[in-house]
Amino acid sequence: MAGKTLYDKLWDAHVVRRQEDGTCLLYIDRHLVHEVTSPQAFEGLRLAGRKLWRVTANLATPDHNVPTTPPENGGRAQGITDPVARLQVETLDNNCDEFGITEFKMDDIRQGIVHVISPEQGATLPGMTLVCGDSHTSTHGALGALAHGIGTSEVEHVLATQCLIQRKSKNMLVSIDGAVGPGVTAKDIVLAIIGEIGTAGGTGYAIEFGGEGIRALSIEGRMTVCNMAIEGGARAGMVAVDQKTIDYVQGRPYAPTNEQWEAAVATWRELHSDDDAPFDHVVRINGADIQPQVTWGTSPEMVVSVDGRVPDPAQQSDVVKADGMRAALVYMGLEANTPINEINIDKAFIGSCTNSRIEDLRAAAVVAKGRKVADNVKLAMVVPGSGLVKAQAEREGLDTIFIDAGFEWREPGCSMCLAMNADRLEPGERCASTSNRNFEGRQGQGGRTHLVSPAMAAAAAVTGHFVDVRDF
Amino acid sequence: MEKFKIHKGLVALMDRSNVDTDAIIPKQFLKSIKRAGFGPNLFDEWRYLDHGEPGMDNSVRSLNTDFVLNQPRYQGASILLARENFGCGSSREHAPWALLDYGFRVIIAPSYADIFFNNCFKNGILPIVLDASVVDGLFQAVAANEGYAFSIDLEAQTIITPDGKGIVFDVEEFRKHCLLNGLDDIGLTLQHVDDIRAYEERRAQEAPWLFN
Repeated sequence: MAGKTLYDKLWDAHVVRRQEDGTCLLYIDRHLVHEVTSPQAFEGLRLAGRKLWRVTANLATPDHNVPTTPPENGGRAQGITDPVARLQVETLDNNCDEFGITEFKMDDIRQGIVHVISPEQGATLPGMTLVCGDSHTSTHGALGALAHGIGTSEVEHVLATQCLIQRKSKNMLVSIDGAVGPGVTAKDIVLAIIGEIGTAGGTGYAIEFGGEGIRALSIEGRMTVCNMAIEGGARAGMVAVDQKTIDYVQGRPYAPTNEQWEAAVATWRELHSDDDAPFDHVVRINGADIQPQVTWGTSPEMVVSVDGRVPDPAQQSDVVKADGMRAALVYMGLEANTPINEINIDKAFIGSCTNSRIEDLRAAAVVAKGRKVADNVKLAMVVPGSGLVKAQAEREGLDTIFIDAGFEWREPGCSMCLAMNADRLEPGERCASTSNRNFEGRQGQGGRTHLVSPAMAAAAAVTGHFVDVRDF
Repeated sequence: MEKFKIHKGLVALMDRSNVDTDAIIPKQFLKSIKRAGFGPNLFDEWRYLDHGEPGMDNSVRSLNTDFVLNQPRYQGASILLARENFGCGSSREHAPWALLDYGFRVIIAPSYADIFFNNCFKNGILPIVLDASVVDGLFQAVAANEGYAFSIDLEAQTIITPDGKGIVFDVEEFRKHCLLNGLDDIGLTLQHVDDIRAYEERRAQEAPWLFN
């Protein structure tokens, strides 16, 4: 019998019931909840008179709507001036109180972006199934978990039953063969992967990221890669468990201890694809070929190396794709064939569930240290992923480095990744952003987003245009 | 959820690939804590000339007359013909809520993003997948004929075009069953309470740290 992939193992361990047509009832170990995609689910439970199936499986925090401006007069809660946004956060607080769910509220140091806080707390464990009403839930696959985003109907379903009705995806392996060069980060790796497979390349698949280029990454780097699996069309991305995974989890508040720890580690060591496991599709990318990446268009697949140029639709033979490229160039205010390093920026954003962890902030601080934000850059902001990341960065003096360089140092939240709070681009503004989506209007109506790594965003902020961070 | 048997309706065109959920319903409208009322803000940034915010009176905003759904011939459309990878991006169920609230019951495209596809079924919207070449032919037929409408028979898994031609489509048996009967997933799953309990008991032995 052929071996199993990591995804096969995670799936098989969670099937409660299989129907004749192959649809399965899949058990969910951990459910993360935030304010935007949950209110209608709680309302549905109330209307049907249903209870939570397993209260302790849930962990909640507000992140999308929270202000990131520094607290004044004792707390950010007073800072939500938008009454609609405030009501949404209050609704989460009330729902969590009513149903007994642990919530890291806005004034809790453990509050932050849901995909940052759960691994940080050890609430994400290898071998788990984990879901959240947010597509970037794929992040948690970095720890050898099966994790993906769900809609609000499924949020309600998980709250009420601790299960999801699912069909199994196909298996895809994306292997980064060989090491990547110096100055090339996890963000560059995943952008290069999306450039290769396209935004729909992973649709219908669960992607396992492997190969030397992935194994060499830290757990935080693997989170960056898995985070953007959804931008390649795959709901779930994952990386096999190794010693780094186990070391990362050990000692975190929600991690098992003592005998349970030993037993857990023994099972976690099996969480890798067997040597003879069959994949439905395999993509291999030579690590040495990956350069620092910059997106130029309105889809994450519209990406080139920093030493490249804005592509020319005239060179694209596929008519639909060429039309899409032309529309993107108009929206982005760019001419074909412009060198990437001649594109000036107006703002820089370092943050989001993709790139707001301590290693991301350290990488940006190395570039920012002793330099100044360029005159043409109106705003450069750093938004830590959680209160604990922020505190750690401040212990290391990173806040001082950023502030001295002219960056704004903010409170944790999703912030300008999706601009649901006050942090946004104005029409026509161009941003070097460490977030995950460069869709039209994503960071503010008419805003122009270029996705890059934290080091590249910092480099663009201090030079005023995109530049190869390896030249620093 | 409303049952889906046979749906007859006018077809509108969305002629671009990778239409993302930020375009379908921009983020500022996600602050609502309700399921209804998103229809007036469907495709807000393409549909109106000004910037939309929750609470605005949409009836007085200036429309982008170039946008396809603002054209007189597509008023009242309930079937959306679209391109590859429709609904990519975020998991926001507000996207199908907005489409449904606007009046769309059926989407036809060569491919969809997984989460969006799944979310449609949970809300009584039927997302149909057809070959890109077939979709392309339909685009031309709709563009050339004002008032072009389909009759869609879910039981028979068939789209009937105005000239009486039938186009057969695939749909997963379980999803079809739920749509035809307007079934609530949670109610169905709770029929298997014993299975879930048995699974939990077994897992709590195998992996007790998952139940701390």
